Amino acid sequence: MTIGVIKVARPREMSFPESLYLLEIVKGLGVTMGHLLSNIVRQEGIKTIEYPEVRRPMPPRFRGKHRLMKRENGAPRCVACYCCSTACPAKCITIVAGESPDPAVEKYPVRFDIDMLRCVFCGMCVEACPCDAIRMDTGWFTPPDDTREKLIFTIDTLLEK
Amino acid sequence: MPTLTLNGMTVDVPPGTSILDAAKQVGVEIPHYCYHPKLSVAGNCRMCLVEIEKFPKLQTACSTVVNDGMVVRTDTEKVRKAVTGVLELMLIHHPIDCPICDQAGECGLQDYYMKFGLHKSRYALEDKVHKKKVQDIGGQVVLDAERCILCSRCVRFLAEVTGTRELDFFNRGDHSEISIFPGKPLDNNYTGNLADICPVGALTSKDFRFRCRVWLLKAFDSICTGCSKGCNVDAHFKGDILYRLKPRWNDAVNQAWMCDFGRLTYKEMNEARLLTPFVREEGARKVAAWGSLLPDVAFRLKATADKSGADRVAVIASPQSSNEELYLLRRLATELLGTKNLAFTHRVAGDGFADDFLIQADKNPNSRGAQLLGIPDGAVFDALVSKISAGGIDALLVFGNVLGALSEEETAALLANVPFVAQVGTNEGPVSKAATAVLPSASVAERGGTFTSHVGRVQRFRFGFPARGKAKNPVEILVSLGNRLGAGWSFAGEASVFRALAESEAPFAGMSYDSIGMLGQEIKT
Repeated sequence: MTIGVIKVARPREMSFPESLYLLEIVKGLGVTMGHLLSNIVRQEGIKTIEYPEVRRPMPPRFRGKHRLMKRENGAPRCVACYCCSTACPAKCITIVAGESPDPAVEKYPVRFDIDMLRCVFCGMCVEACPCDAIRMDTGWFTPPDDTREKLIFTIDTLLEK
Repeated sequence: MPTLTLNGMTVDVPPGTSILDAAKQVGVEIPHYCYHPKLSVAGNCRMCLVEIEKFPKLQTACSTVVNDGMVVRTDTEKVRKAVTGVLELMLIHHPIDCPICDQAGECGLQDYYMKFGLHKSRYALEDKVHKKKVQDIGGQVVLDAERCILCSRCVRFLAEVTGTRELDFFNRGDHSEISIFPGKPLDNNYTGNLADICPVGALTSKDFRFRCRVWLLKAFDSICTGCSKGCNVDAHFKGDILYRLKPRWNDAVNQAWMCDFGRLTYKEMNEARLLTPFVREEGARKVAAWGSLLPDVAFRLKATADKSGADRVAVIASPQSSNEELYLLRRLATELLGTKNLAFTHRVAGDGFADDFLIQADKNPNSRGAQLLGIPDGAVFDALVSKISAGGIDALLVFGNVLGALSEEETAALLANVPFVAQVGTNEGPVSKAATAVLPSASVAERGGTFTSHVGRVQRFRFGFPARGKAKNPVEILVSLGNRLGAGWSFAGEASVFRALAESEAPFAGMSYDSIGMLGQEIKT
């Protein structure tokens, strides 16, 4: 026997009436009509939802749009350590660090931009963060927008969520 | 020579060598914080403990001199346990604020914790002794007393190298910390070195503070352009931005140090750079293309020399240029243009301060090189200036961004006497504001070459990253100009120019990039 060849069972050839798919089309239409009629009679059972007004519950570990956490006084919790931007495989995080007005904080992000067009939603930034300052638990996909600029989220946008 | 047996290996070392240095020779790393090869031995960090046969207790490798027949082990359980214990003691009160600490990534505590520590802290967070953070103690450094491990390297540096003794230990026990004396901030020109020698994040650079994470930086070998000392430096960059200069060890020049002025010279390679070639038409700048500007400049120089005589063409060289560039420029002026109007002038920075250690009064990296290559300065330059102001020059080729100590107005007034001024420069300055044609040049970080220091030591600076904007390597500009003036040069890059230079110039005879190497080579006198 030739090495590496595995015999698999092939489906039998279709007969001519079967190859016309007539019966299958009628069956499919039957399912559609069944749903249509049952939805008219019983509206609670409708399977489609009115997204985005209505949303399906997301699993708790779903990685969605990012948000930056705040301290109790409203300042960003982020200390601009660059761990997230270093860990990011898509290089989509741009941080510029500065001297914080609060001497107890010392370092804070003057700029913290995430290029959502580049982000691959891998969650490495969340894992790398030593301060739990960045999370991806908003449960939202990135909303579409009409310009590239609007999809580069700045620190203000990220803190809002 | 005493023979040492270290972890089963034997090594012969000169008498007086410490175990730590001997171990380095056979490639065994003994952890240490307080030991620094250029400072006295303190032996207070206790990280370098090793087991020596017939010694009842562990000994510090930095302060124990090798005796003949000594048998030392660094890999026993006893040593490992002691080092881990010392490290744990140092970390008891450490704030572990690595996320906001600039030292993170090149920190001795981080490195040794990963190698020898990896312990869980047994000390409650709220019991840690807090000390003052972010203290501006003057100079180029910021002090964070909490991160300090009291190794005393900074104290010894200020006592032994600068002799100014601004820092010392205060208080006792776990409250002891380094600090300045009240009202007496750091007052010397070498404070930046404190950030380099501090093995932890207690003393960090004020200039580099929060600007970049060190693990994102790459380094290349360079030479400081701040003065004629020629301190060897490591230039750290990311993308096309230089972030800092650090001294590179060279016992013949700067040992392990550099001055504060030189440390900030990287800024001019980032800021106000000339990025595109341009010409000035009726006072307005018009962007030009290399392809048309180079032939134009060559034509104007040649036409003036041919029509009005070579005496009405002048070339001003710059001691900021490398030996290779100065060599080509001299050949261009004397052989191709046939002019005797060739001189260079010293850039003046600050008050020309000098000391007996590293800082030289001449703030140019290559004045000696220019002199050795037969380009005059001083009186010859002054004569050239008076010739220019008398209207005796019709076409001028200037290297460099400034003309000696001349101010912007004086430079503009002087160059207004010349109908055609072509400049090859790196930065916006008095000359670029007055020149008729500006050819942007690559900075020291963007090209390679050699400088000759004030004592005649030829040292290489290396290419770091491609030139910004449309700037070009001046060697390329000179070869291109020379060939348009009929030189027929086939130089490709600095190395080939240096080979020709070494063949024809007596002081550089027998030198090559290989023989210069990392640390430089003295010229023949």
